[in-house]
Amino acid sequence: MNALKRLFPFHGGLKTVRHKAESNQSPIQPGILPARLTVPLRQHIGAMAKPRVQPGDRVLKGQMIGQPEGYISAAIHAPTSGVVTAVESRPVPHPSGLPDLCVVIDSDGEERWMDRQPVDYRALHPSELRNVLRNAGIVGLGGAAFPSAVKLNLGGQSEWLETLILNGAECEPWITCDDRLMRERAAGIVAGLRVMAHLLEPREVLIGIEADKPEAIAAMTDACAGTGYEVRPIPTRYPSGSGKQLVKLLTGKETPVEGLPVDVGVQCFNVATAYTVHRAIDHGEPLISRVVTVTGHVRQPGNIEALLGTPFAQLVEQCGGYRDGVERLIMGGPMMGFALHSDEVPLTKAANCILAASAAELAPEQSVMPCIRCGACVEACPADLLPQQLYWHARAREFDKARDYHLFSCIECGCCSYVCPSHIPLVQYYRYAKNEIWAQEKEKEKAELARRRHQARLERLEREKQEREAKLRQKAPGKAPLTPGPSPTRGEGSPDPASSSNP
Amino acid sequence: MIAAMIALSALAGVSGLLLGFAAIRFKVEGDPIVEKIDAILPQTQCGQCGYPGCRPYAEAIAAGEAEINLCPPGGPNGVAALADLLGRDPKPLNAEHLDKPKMLAVIDEQNCIGCTLCLQACPVDAILGAAKQMHTIIARECTGCELCVAPCPVDCIHMVPVAETISTWKWTAPIIPIKPAIPAKAAA
Amino acid sequence: MRFKTVTSPHILQDTRVGQIMRRVLYAMLPGIAALTWFFGWGILINLTIATTVALLAETAMLAARGKPLALHLGDSSAIVTAWLLAVALPPLAPWWMTMIGVLSAIIVAKHLYGGLGYNPFNPAMIGYVVLLISFPREMSTWLIPHGLDQPQAMTFLETARAIFNSELPARFAPDALTGATPLDVLRTRLGLGKTVTEIRNSPVFGIVSGHGWEWAALGFLLGGLWLVYTRAADWRIPAGMLGGIAVISSTFYLINPQHYAPPWFHLWSGAAIFGAFFIATDPVTACATPRGRLIYGAGIGILVYIIRGFGGYPDGVAFSVLLMNIAAPTIDLYTQPKVFGARHR
Repeated sequence: MNALKRLFPFHGGLKTVRHKAESNQSPIQPGILPARLTVPLRQHIGAMAKPRVQPGDRVLKGQMIGQPEGYISAAIHAPTSGVVTAVESRPVPHPSGLPDLCVVIDSDGEERWMDRQPVDYRALHPSELRNVLRNAGIVGLGGAAFPSAVKLNLGGQSEWLETLILNGAECEPWITCDDRLMRERAAGIVAGLRVMAHLLEPREVLIGIEADKPEAIAAMTDACAGTGYEVRPIPTRYPSGSGKQLVKLLTGKETPVEGLPVDVGVQCFNVATAYTVHRAIDHGEPLISRVVTVTGHVRQPGNIEALLGTPFAQLVEQCGGYRDGVERLIMGGPMMGFALHSDEVPLTKAANCILAASAAELAPEQSVMPCIRCGACVEACPADLLPQQLYWHARAREFDKARDYHLFSCIECGCCSYVCPSHIPLVQYYRYAKNEIWAQEKEKEKAELARRRHQARLERLEREKQEREAKLRQKAPGKAPLTPGPSPTRGEGSPDPASSSNP
Repeated sequence: MIAAMIALSALAGVSGLLLGFAAIRFKVEGDPIVEKIDAILPQTQCGQCGYPGCRPYAEAIAAGEAEINLCPPGGPNGVAALADLLGRDPKPLNAEHLDKPKMLAVIDEQNCIGCTLCLQACPVDAILGAAKQMHTIIARECTGCELCVAPCPVDCIHMVPVAETISTWKWTAPIIPIKPAIPAKAAA
Repeated sequence: MRFKTVTSPHILQDTRVGQIMRRVLYAMLPGIAALTWFFGWGILINLTIATTVALLAETAMLAARGKPLALHLGDSSAIVTAWLLAVALPPLAPWWMTMIGVLSAIIVAKHLYGGLGYNPFNPAMIGYVVLLISFPREMSTWLIPHGLDQPQAMTFLETARAIFNSELPARFAPDALTGATPLDVLRTRLGLGKTVTEIRNSPVFGIVSGHGWEWAALGFLLGGLWLVYTRAADWRIPAGMLGGIAVISSTFYLINPQHYAPPWFHLWSGAAIFGAFFIATDPVTACATPRGRLIYGAGIGILVYIIRGFGGYPDGVAFSVLLMNIAAPTIDLYTQPKVFGARHR
């Protein structure tokens, strides 16, 4: 055991129910190969991957079917071999229930791999190595799905990295996929971590794991022997697994408002992400599967290593099916996850947990009472906000004021809603306010673009009029052109749309 | 008596100096009001307000000639923002189409005869084309002003609502039944 | 299969507004017991009148405002207001006074401002101040606590007759029943130029402060500590208020112990303890920020001392609370916590 190292507790947080034992007792089971896989092309933060296949194409397992577009994007791969039957909008796991572009693959059952090339990461230039990861579709598997190659590039943001943190906290109730992964595949995680450390060259590498996972802590400590990486047990307190809170807990450094941990010389990855890095580098396998916890009101809760694109319904089926009385299907944990409209949606990179919830797992529905300003939310907020002020302003649509109260520092962890004696859906108010502000900003940008284009048009018309008059004056009984012919001059003087985002 | 007069004069002098200093020190290099109004308007240039574009409307508001509730694309939010800026009372929007979804113009390219009339009508030059050539609308730049619909001699331009996608979807405010007991009475 | 879609979090702590309010009621019980022991049945009769009137007024207002009755009556907030007010009233206050106080509190101070959560002023204290200004004589007529000169306690029937019919029992001399409160005595005699030590020899004073009163204060302290322990009240407000009283009264005491009562006397007198734990802690009308709550409490404490020492009333908790209610939003504005990441590391 490590000597007890100093921790730097963050403000607020909660002791929630745990419910880990339901699903962390049995080993990770391989997922059953589905007959049809629906692979969304937007499984990460950033630009949607561009489809590289057409209906009718044969694909091999691990073949790239979606190409990253732009810097913040990630590749998408065929999870198994088969035939592409459609590239079209299909339901995806999203709180809106709206469809999104997917590649539908009918599996041929043969699981024929493409050519897999392990990479010697020490021999590659860092940018080549990052490209390998980008093309392997590696994104953060903790839930946010941010492209890892971007985070592995310090590029100018800071000169060196002080601390690399591996996040094995898994603070949300019910979820155990990281716990099982750490217990069973600690060596692989550490191998991936080594690649990350090679790219970032941090002064220290810390692994934060909540103290209620002694087996995982032991396994990771063993795997880290001789590497200098330190496993640090942390108190079981939600939301210790939230990036900024974990950074504070382990290093005492606070990520600046609207900044990133890298601004204080820390970078943070999920343990499962490290494992996929290991698979990509040491085995040449892109990210086509992940471990997902299927738990709650199902017959045999457990963890499945399933192919991306597997329908949720099939994963639930593999865990024995629903027990009676399931009301809500939640993707992610009960604190931050969102309720799905249907189970006919595919597994994505961001899906760490499928929680089938009945009245037994959920809070009984409570009537919303007026806020009595009791301050329980202030005590619970890990971002040191004043949740009730945000609520008043969001509700009154005073978005500017909500912003002044640091709305955008809210991590939507749900602690405030959890403790609220009036049962106000605070988090939804914050999401609403954020969305409205973003929409207003987009509108503003659009209006600005329109304004400038209108201005340019007026100038053009004026210019043309003068030209015409000049011509008329030159050859007095001349003929005016019939049409102003806008297209040749269109765009002259009008702004470059790409730069128009700067109001 | 004299002491009081001196004291008062001194007080007045000091206050005057302070005010003068403040006027220079904290001078607000503000935009002229027209710019501020124009920044709030949605820049659709649709002319629904009765002015030939957003800026003329802004100028009319600034001159006190126009009401602030004539802009349907700006919606109630726009009216509220104008009311806030100008210190006037917000008014209900002076239009029947309050909850109109955002629209885009689409040219039915099969029927377009390439007359360029719509090109001349478009206030933001969002239509691409030339005489006798098929025209097309740059969706990203279309403001949905509908000014191109009327001039088209073959009625090949239609306004279609912008479909909601995952990237434009928004969380809504929680709907809380405030008065579940007697909703009808509350509405009445 | 279709599922319900609601927003996260999907699990909630099992706390309710009504639970918090009922905790406040339970926490008042020891203090109420002590008051009843020393001042007789009047305390309980006042509580009953106040509760009944409060519930009726609350029901009527909720119905008039079209709110669901079961939901809002279930929060017990009207009973809390009623009790806070009733405990502060003289034990023989006529029934109509109690009623006027409660109606002012519930109808005017609470519902006309928008009901629970929207009232800027502490309703119970509004009710109290309305009575204090309208009926100053009745409001300062307290029973002499049990165990002093009072020959015999009033029976339940005698008390009820006093409250409902304004008849005092003939077997007592008119002055034998009622008298000035300890803070009143202190105030008048200091005005006559006596020293604190001389005044403290009067039989109305007990071990620390007023005879009888000090035991009620102890009861409220115990209940209040339990409230803080269960987090139904924020410790910062009572800490700030008692701290405020302690600091300012110590300062004056050190300057002139013969003219200013010692800090422990002030902390333990009148409504200081009750006010610190039960009245000032009303979250709706208090500050919301952690630092703001300390300042808010301290402000009340200092104002209480100023009103007691230099104002026109023997005690000043009600006025102090209302004054600080006005200041609460401004204090909140200037005491916002530094958000995560805004600190220097």
